[in-house]
Amino acid sequence: MTTLTRSRRWEPYVWPLLTAALLLLFWNFSVKWSGTNVFPSPLAVEQGLADLIRGGLLWRYIGDSLRRVAFGYLLAVLVGIPGGLLLGWYPAVAQVVNPVIQMLRPISPIAWIPVAIILFGVGDTASVYLIFLASFFPILTSAMNGVRNVPSMYRRAGRNFGLSPSKLLANVVFPAALPQMLVGLRIAVGIAWLVVVAAEMIASESGLGYLVIDARNSGKRYDLVVAAMLLIGLIGLVLDLGFRRTEKLKSLRWGFRDAS
Amino acid sequence: MTSVTAPASALATRALKTKLRADGIKMVFERDGVSTDVLDDISLEVGDGEFVCLLGPSGCGKSTMLNVIAGFISPTKGQVRIDGERVTGPDRRRVFVFQERGVFPWLTVEGNIGFGLFDLSEAERRQRIAHYVELVGLQGFEQAYPRELSGGMKQRVEVARALAVNPDMLFLDEPFGALDSITRLIMRGELLRIWEAERKTIVFVTHDIDEAVQLSDRVIVMTARPAKIQRIVDIDIPHPRDISSPKYLSLRDGIFDAIGLAHKV
Repeated sequence: MTTLTRSRRWEPYVWPLLTAALLLLFWNFSVKWSGTNVFPSPLAVEQGLADLIRGGLLWRYIGDSLRRVAFGYLLAVLVGIPGGLLLGWYPAVAQVVNPVIQMLRPISPIAWIPVAIILFGVGDTASVYLIFLASFFPILTSAMNGVRNVPSMYRRAGRNFGLSPSKLLANVVFPAALPQMLVGLRIAVGIAWLVVVAAEMIASESGLGYLVIDARNSGKRYDLVVAAMLLIGLIGLVLDLGFRRTEKLKSLRWGFRDAS
Repeated sequence: MTSVTAPASALATRALKTKLRADGIKMVFERDGVSTDVLDDISLEVGDGEFVCLLGPSGCGKSTMLNVIAGFISPTKGQVRIDGERVTGPDRRRVFVFQERGVFPWLTVEGNIGFGLFDLSEAERRQRIAHYVELVGLQGFEQAYPRELSGGMKQRVEVARALAVNPDMLFLDEPFGALDSITRLIMRGELLRIWEAERKTIVFVTHDIDEAVQLSDRVIVMTARPAKIQRIVDIDIPHPRDISSPKYLSLRDGIFDAIGLAHKV
């Protein structure tokens, strides 16, 4: 779709829905024609979902997963944004700390699971800790790079108008770096949502990730496994869409090339 | 017609108070163990309310000179005094105007123009913003963001942002360089109109000979790097200038000759 041909109002909704419907049909007939009795059909999944809702378990699990993500992520924001601003602002500090950060960063958060369990035992704290780790590095790095990439012209203009260093940081450097920080925040929320599922499979006894592994282990309820998977996807989509909306804000839109 | 004059006598003939005085400015950049002479012993004076152009080929160091004058970089040797005070850093009494890229993209036109007015009361701030929005002709665009504006309009926002803090000097670094030639001509006219209304002292860096002769009271012609002052040309034509008058052409051609450019393409 080029920008020259203006799409009609319904188009952005209808085509994706059609794709989803086709996929459902494909899924349904694949299950039917292959004669599998392990993998559930869409209808079976729908019934499994209804069971879960009736039992009240579903809302509790969704709440648990979201709560862990919220805590871990918020903690990462609270530490990562100021930390990144600091590292971007003082290159000398970055030079000392950055090599360690860049070495820790590529370690998959999943690899931290055993460490998390040793430190916090099985439960909420371990998951929150893992989500914190997973979202902290992208947030920190994007904030640092955001500050570093602020054109020197903006800083000079700020200094020229007599801004104190703290005002320069708040009124020039922070808003100038914000679009890049938001990219990091968005990536981090995606990773956090990936990691919460993995963390709950091992280090937790509730949540959507736990639902996946528990439904399989206790009675091979694959209808529930797939239902949980679909829910995880759906919630991830909603989280991402929330972030995309912020990119449309006029005071931020300048930093995003394709958003218009 | 072109006269090669020492800066002091040029000021004496105009009877202007000295605003800025640069003495023996030398600038050497060290990079990877290689030192490059950029400015070689530049001394100049600018009178109060004067419009001076620094003219020279690209990369000659004129922007560096302007940055030294503005206090963004300190020279290797020599010093700059403004109103008798030594320049040690940037100051809001003298505002640097970058190319249009210097406007803050996260602020509206109003936000940009009011950026330097953080110590005023809200009412005064409103009033000042409205005044400068009008001065640069951006009424109706107060709430627009820079990405919604054309290059020329962004440049107006920058000039207005600089003027709003009521500085006594403006430093302009090839401010119209990124604009198309028609917009550039319009902007030159606008700048002169504003200069005549507000009488700020202006130091304007350009590599465009016509621009320099059209705008300034004096053109300081600089050599290629390391930059020295080659000559200072008085442009004693009143505004508005007729750019086809014999006097304009002879001054312009004199500078072409001085730089060593042929008149034929």
